[in-house]
Amino acid sequence: MRPPVTGIGADPLPAGALEVETVGMTMRFGSFTALDDVSIRIAPGSFHALLGENGAGKSTLVKCIMGFYHATAGQLLVARREAEIGDPRDARALGMGMVYQHFTLVPSLTVAENLVISRADAPVVIDWAQERAGLEAFMSAMPFRVPLDQPVARLAAGEKQKLEILKQLYLGSRFLILDEPTSVLTPDEADEVLGHVRGLCQAGEISVLMITHKFREVTAFADEVSVLRRGRLVGQGRVADLTHDQMAAMMIGEEKALRPMDRQGTRGAPVLELRGVRAVDRSGLKEISIDALTVHAGEIAGIAGISGNGQMELMEVLTGQRALRAGEVRVAGEAYGATRQEAQAHAVRYLPEEPLRNACAPRMSVIENIAFRSFDRNGKGPRFWLSAAEMRARGRDLIAAFKVKAADPEGPIAALSGGNVQRAVLARELTGAVRLLVISNPCFGLDFAAVADIRARIVAARNAGAAVLLMSEDLDEVLELSDRVLVMSEGRITYEVPAAEARVAEIGHHMGGHAA
Amino acid sequence: MAVVEAQVTGGGAMAALRRAEPVVIPVLALLAGLAVFALFLLTQGQSPAAFFGYVWQGAFGSVFSWMNTLSRAAPLLLAALCVALPARLGLVVIGGEGAIVLGGLAAGALALPLAGVPSAVGLPLMALAAMAVGAVWIGMAGALRHYRGVNETISSLLLAYIAIALMNHLVEGPLRDPASLNKPSTAPLADGLQVGMLPGMEVHWGLAFGILACILAWVVIERTRWGFAARIAGGNVRAAEVQGLPVGRLILGFTALGGACAGLAGFFEVAAVHGSANASLAAGYGYTGILIAFLARHNGLAILPVAVLLAGFDASSGLIQRRMDLPDATMQVLQGIVFMAILMSDAAYGRLPFFKARG
Repeated sequence: MRPPVTGIGADPLPAGALEVETVGMTMRFGSFTALDDVSIRIAPGSFHALLGENGAGKSTLVKCIMGFYHATAGQLLVARREAEIGDPRDARALGMGMVYQHFTLVPSLTVAENLVISRADAPVVIDWAQERAGLEAFMSAMPFRVPLDQPVARLAAGEKQKLEILKQLYLGSRFLILDEPTSVLTPDEADEVLGHVRGLCQAGEISVLMITHKFREVTAFADEVSVLRRGRLVGQGRVADLTHDQMAAMMIGEEKALRPMDRQGTRGAPVLELRGVRAVDRSGLKEISIDALTVHAGEIAGIAGISGNGQMELMEVLTGQRALRAGEVRVAGEAYGATRQEAQAHAVRYLPEEPLRNACAPRMSVIENIAFRSFDRNGKGPRFWLSAAEMRARGRDLIAAFKVKAADPEGPIAALSGGNVQRAVLARELTGAVRLLVISNPCFGLDFAAVADIRARIVAARNAGAAVLLMSEDLDEVLELSDRVLVMSEGRITYEVPAAEARVAEIGHHMGGHAA
Repeated sequence: MAVVEAQVTGGGAMAALRRAEPVVIPVLALLAGLAVFALFLLTQGQSPAAFFGYVWQGAFGSVFSWMNTLSRAAPLLLAALCVALPARLGLVVIGGEGAIVLGGLAAGALALPLAGVPSAVGLPLMALAAMAVGAVWIGMAGALRHYRGVNETISSLLLAYIAIALMNHLVEGPLRDPASLNKPSTAPLADGLQVGMLPGMEVHWGLAFGILACILAWVVIERTRWGFAARIAGGNVRAAEVQGLPVGRLILGFTALGGACAGLAGFFEVAAVHGSANASLAAGYGYTGILIAFLARHNGLAILPVAVLLAGFDASSGLIQRRMDLPDATMQVLQGIVFMAILMSDAAYGRLPFFKARG
């Protein structure tokens, strides 16, 4: 590999905003192509948005640009010169910086301290008087400021994100990658921060590539947009020329043939009802707020949405892991608090996302994990004494019935592959009468065969009369499985449509946080 | 790869290996710890062979030494349960010493008004009081953990210091027997309130109760729905919550149960060994119990042999001091080295090539 092109030696890079271009960038992990021949040019001083669903390859692309990954094929041009970036330090030396979704500041240090220690050349003994003077001069030249003496822990989220951007400018970055920079900000904070970024672009100080899911931010702030889907560049253009619906169509793809599954039975009585449910979200800044949500027997209600819009919190409300601030959850007409007795009485079952992390005890055996629902009951009622023989027999029967490939059913469940862990959890949750099934991302990260198998089981449960609430970040999955599609955005249900009338573009429009 | 291989070799061989792993690794760790301790002895100019010879002689070499060892094992069994029971829920409670001290103090204090009461009534009352106080003390660490998110390891350790200070204050103040001059103590127990020896042995009844408690703890953990629920919560608290299991009640229940065991150890120390409550209660059994529980991998039945082994080291320390002219702290060095070896061995599970499915 050649040494990286840096500002030192040869001709120095031009001052001001950098131009960055990827040419035929391709990244393969084994047989999986995460990025397929992607060419994007970010003109100097432009604000370029990168749109795409989860897993579309956005992160892979920026990691290739920043030197975290080495692209399998393709070139990177910086200021129209070929640049070989071996690691993130090379990128930094060229004046390229990245602002992450989550903060990378030290909360207990002040703003000034954070700025100084972020420098690669910070001296062993710091002359604070001199540094202060330098920082004051730097701040006074900036279009927005953050108080230098405040500890970072006392700054609001918007201030912290501004500081992250200031830090990059302080380090001399002239090309910035922003990775979903507003996901932890309120809408007002987001507008302020992005307004400043846009100002810096217009002033010719920086060029920006911003990863985002939010069409609103693209329209309001970006000049140009590139859209990735399944690792390919599927659309590109000036923001001014594109509508939200066009962007959504590029991001999500064409309408697909829906519902290959054999469906039987008709919709029955309401089983799950949420009324006026309010709860704090993970960050503690926002609220999830479900005014009314009803799931009937014999239907699959699918909630589509981009991750981080409150689906995880809704799941936790339904499993009793997150306290309600207001409102109520009812199952079959009775108040439901997700205790074991209530779940047992109403036959409520759960398939949380990442089953090994959320639904299994990894070091306990496959058979024991399958017994989590049933260990405290015999055929008639509650039992105090376990029966190892019954547990083993039942576990082996279910392993066979659900085709769980487990070489050693008495060995730890953590030894199984992802698909087989999910099959084992399905075996546990779908055995016996099921009145309500709550599912989150059931097929995430699983191979094709496991996906088909697991989706078929879910539809079978619906056909048998269960009410199914499915939350998934995979829109195809929601469309394939659901009888009714809902969209969750910013903690609310913003759209609802019967699956037969669902239009991908319209759904994508609402997923992007742009209420009609 | 591993799965395919295992299907070829058959599940039986794998099952045997899996069962052997939790036995073999602690034994190897114990041996490694002893080997390092042998190096330590060499640096002191002492012969490891002579050391282990004296341990054998002092701990297991004669009927007398067996009696000595078993007497010391009695409180260790109960102290180890105070660590092992909460550990199945994923909690590391290291403050059993506090529950032992306060349990003993409660028994000693209650003995005053109970003087003259028949022993069939008085002893169970004293034992229950000791267990209740121990349960509350360790249960507090569980409650702090569950309701306020306070680390139970730190809080139980600090509670142990508070317990010892409280015991010293009461024994030297309000509860002091004026006749106890050199060593402030509560009033000596009435004859009817002393626990005797097991028939035909010079070991008090605490040993029988300790063994019984270990067996019961094993049964509760392995054979009842409470124990299964605790193991789920210890294995993955999120999974336990999704299953609707009452994680908070399990934490409170199992910490209190552990504390009750340690409190019972305190009762036997007072009623069978010291005859009154005094500073001798803080003899370090609670801390040795931590080592035993970890060596036994928090398995009630495995605690039995491990406690006897550690009690043997303890029992032989007098002989070693006299014969080898080694200081009293030598045994603590040994315990510390073995404990480090046990903690490090935790990283070996699933990694030793011998236990991997061949491939």
